[in-house]
Amino acid sequence: MALEDLHMYFGRVGALAGISLEVSKGEIHSIIGPNGAGKTVMMNCINGLYHPQRGNIYFKGRNIDKLKAYERAKLGIARTFQKVEVFGGMTVLDNIRLGRHIHLRSGITSGALYLGKTAREEIEHRAFIEAEIIDLLEIEHIRDKPVGMLPYGLQKRVELGRALALEPELLILDEPLAGLNLEEVEDMARFILDINEEERWKVTCILVEHDMGVVMDLSDRVFVLNFGNKIIDGTPEQVQNHPEVIKAYLGEEDLYATRR
Amino acid sequence: MPQGGNTGRSGIEITRDLTIPKLFLERARAYGKGKVAMREKEFGIWRPVTWQDYLENVKHLALGLISLGLKQGDKVAMIGDNRPEGLWAEMAALCARGVAVWLFQDCLMDEVKYIVDHSDTRFLFGEGQEEADKAIAIFDDCPRLEKIIWDDPKGMRNYHEDYLISLKEVQRLGKALDQKEPGLFEELINQGHGDEVALLFYTSGTTALPKGALLSHWNLLSMGRNLMSVDPCFETDDFVSYLPFAWIGEQMMSISCGLQIGFTINFPEEPETAQENIREIGPHVMFAPPRLYEQMTRTVQVKYLDASWVKRKIFELATKIGYHVAELQFQKKSVAWYWRCLQWLAYISMEKKLKDHLGLSRVRYAYSGGAAMGPDHFRFFHALGVNLKQIYGQTEIAGISVVHRNGDIKFDTVGVPLPQTEVRIAEDGEIISKSPSVFQGYYKNPEATEKTLQDGWLYSGDRGFVDEDGHLVVFDRSKDVMTLSDGRPFSPQYLETRLKFSPYLKDAWVIGDEREYVTAVTCIDYSVVGKWADEKKLTYTSYPELSQKPEVYDLVETQIRQANKDLPEVARVRKFINLYKEFDPDDDELTRTRKLRRAFVEKRYEEIVAALYTETDAVHIDTTITYEDGRKSHIKTDLPIRKVSV
Repeated sequence: MALEDLHMYFGRVGALAGISLEVSKGEIHSIIGPNGAGKTVMMNCINGLYHPQRGNIYFKGRNIDKLKAYERAKLGIARTFQKVEVFGGMTVLDNIRLGRHIHLRSGITSGALYLGKTAREEIEHRAFIEAEIIDLLEIEHIRDKPVGMLPYGLQKRVELGRALALEPELLILDEPLAGLNLEEVEDMARFILDINEEERWKVTCILVEHDMGVVMDLSDRVFVLNFGNKIIDGTPEQVQNHPEVIKAYLGEEDLYATRR
Repeated sequence: MPQGGNTGRSGIEITRDLTIPKLFLERARAYGKGKVAMREKEFGIWRPVTWQDYLENVKHLALGLISLGLKQGDKVAMIGDNRPEGLWAEMAALCARGVAVWLFQDCLMDEVKYIVDHSDTRFLFGEGQEEADKAIAIFDDCPRLEKIIWDDPKGMRNYHEDYLISLKEVQRLGKALDQKEPGLFEELINQGHGDEVALLFYTSGTTALPKGALLSHWNLLSMGRNLMSVDPCFETDDFVSYLPFAWIGEQMMSISCGLQIGFTINFPEEPETAQENIREIGPHVMFAPPRLYEQMTRTVQVKYLDASWVKRKIFELATKIGYHVAELQFQKKSVAWYWRCLQWLAYISMEKKLKDHLGLSRVRYAYSGGAAMGPDHFRFFHALGVNLKQIYGQTEIAGISVVHRNGDIKFDTVGVPLPQTEVRIAEDGEIISKSPSVFQGYYKNPEATEKTLQDGWLYSGDRGFVDEDGHLVVFDRSKDVMTLSDGRPFSPQYLETRLKFSPYLKDAWVIGDEREYVTAVTCIDYSVVGKWADEKKLTYTSYPELSQKPEVYDLVETQIRQANKDLPEVARVRKFINLYKEFDPDDDELTRTRKLRRAFVEKRYEEIVAALYTETDAVHIDTTITYEDGRKSHIKTDLPIRKVSV
């Protein structure tokens, strides 16, 4: 995954001013920066919600500038949102199934008649969801509950589950820990590591997050963004010792010590 | 005293030579692929394990343990949730002529270390990462521990300690050994004898460090046979195993009885889904400590408060009928035909659905044991038409020795002794019993053994008497009986269970031994009181805050008044304090089976006790509490003391 000289303007407000980023396969690459730095804009550019005015986006060596969001999803780019975007009236299982929709092969007619092939396919997908996602995220007990009734922490898990149902190669996590309590943060951090390291998944992750403790612990590389400009892109140690980062973002010690 | 024959319900003769593995082999061969031995809900589907699968898994695991060097009498410990692999590990340890030791899955590190070290465990079966972490942490302190075996690969990818081995790998070793020496498994089983020790079972102990009770195959099997001769089960029955295997009651059902009858054991998907899974299975028999039944009652009471007016009225009417019929049955009076008609109406309009929701629709026997159960709860279940029975027994007698008979239920007693069991009251009022199931002694503790086991009689440490119908009435642990101001003995547990019938109270601790009056320390039920507070538009952020609200104190006061009704005046609760936290086994306030450790809490909350008996209206608390993840938090607060006028 690579971004090359990305420019994005909203009217005359510059959100991204020539950003380049390279994410290697298998790593957890975090993006940090103060509020309004352009992190979410960057993510929206990657998965195709926004189309930047200038610059190129490459995924697995292929230019994907022109592709629409769902076409990028088919290539294996999935994401979760800062504020959960789940279907509140649907059950946990249905929400996750929706993420799986893109992999359904049978057409409308066959689906309507529920022919043998479709039924078989459905069972396979269901087995995948149960064995790989529900088990991983430990949400067996809420499988049949409407998502809207669940506490926020669990809704976030469901959203992650839906993104995983795509079987992505690249997963964009936009503040997956915001608004969670300590225990939920620990759980979520473990899930992210599992997704990244487990043989079955090996998903490359782009993590946008404010919780510096978790970012520094999980990330292979950290990219620091400040009002559309890159400050540094390096290992967590390099970033922590970078004078400008300390000045602009990490600031006093207690910012780094969040939730520790 | 009635004497049962030696033949169990299954037609299998329980002899001194018979062992659990011999019985297991016979059962598995007879049933083979044709019958489901156990089911586990996994990935959303109930997955069956036939007797053939059960046998093969156990065989390879047992041989695997042999090839790892297990010798006769070696201890094999197990920790983890209820799942087929846990039972396979236990059965494999027994087949390989080892001794099985079970630990509670929520045991803290110190407890795990104590038990593993004290029992001289060589092999430890853990479920997954959590158990592996615990085991790794204690590995260096337990010199006899050699291998840690895990079965759930989740999160285990970064563990490379050479003493960690997966269950599959052990089974692979076993398979290789089986090919080299076919017939070894059967040979091992045939060498066994019923008098050999099968289980080393650590008792939860309300007073001191856990003691390890040694139980032989004969102890366990004769217990199962005697219970089944009173309350027969059938091989078509279903049983849900969700309570810790480290609790003797679960061993009793899954091994002692389950193997003899051959009923199907069902394992829930996750501990959190147990209630749902029980509903899906609808077991025929269940055995649980009172706490679970109390929880069910509370659920019903809370749902009742939530229901619409019409539903509430139907519930009220139906329970009224239920209570009346149950009362007649308790008194062994005949139930008139019109009451039967009304009962039928109550059944179709309410009881049927409610029982279905609680997973009780098929229950033939529901046992409650391990602690005292309040009469209010007892009446409640009988009013629903659930055949709830008290049992009495202890780990040292392989589970149970006394049980209610059908149609002869008195809720203040625990019933009459099982066949082949003699129960007497010693001169000082202590309950003593004798049966084939009396244990072999405590492991590495001759003093305790000598005290508990005298001439084949088991000294229970409980006080009680036998009433005019031959029912045993258990007071309490001898040291737990309190003397009221007018000199009469009284059971604090009785008062506590009365208080706990209120849905708002999760725990209660009653004080009053040789004091002027009786007082209580109560713990509110966070979810129920929280919901109540939401409706009242009370704001709160945490348990400590909610518990100290004056409105909550008012609520608890009305609950105590309710419980005080129809108690003799000296036994009524005069003052109470709402505690800022729940009692927790991790803080040693409760045992793992959730019995109150009275002596301990008395010491821990000395200041509170003192304040309850002086003329102050608040007690200052300055303490540190430790959370499960090791964080500590400082609590500084004034707990108000509320007087209850009587």
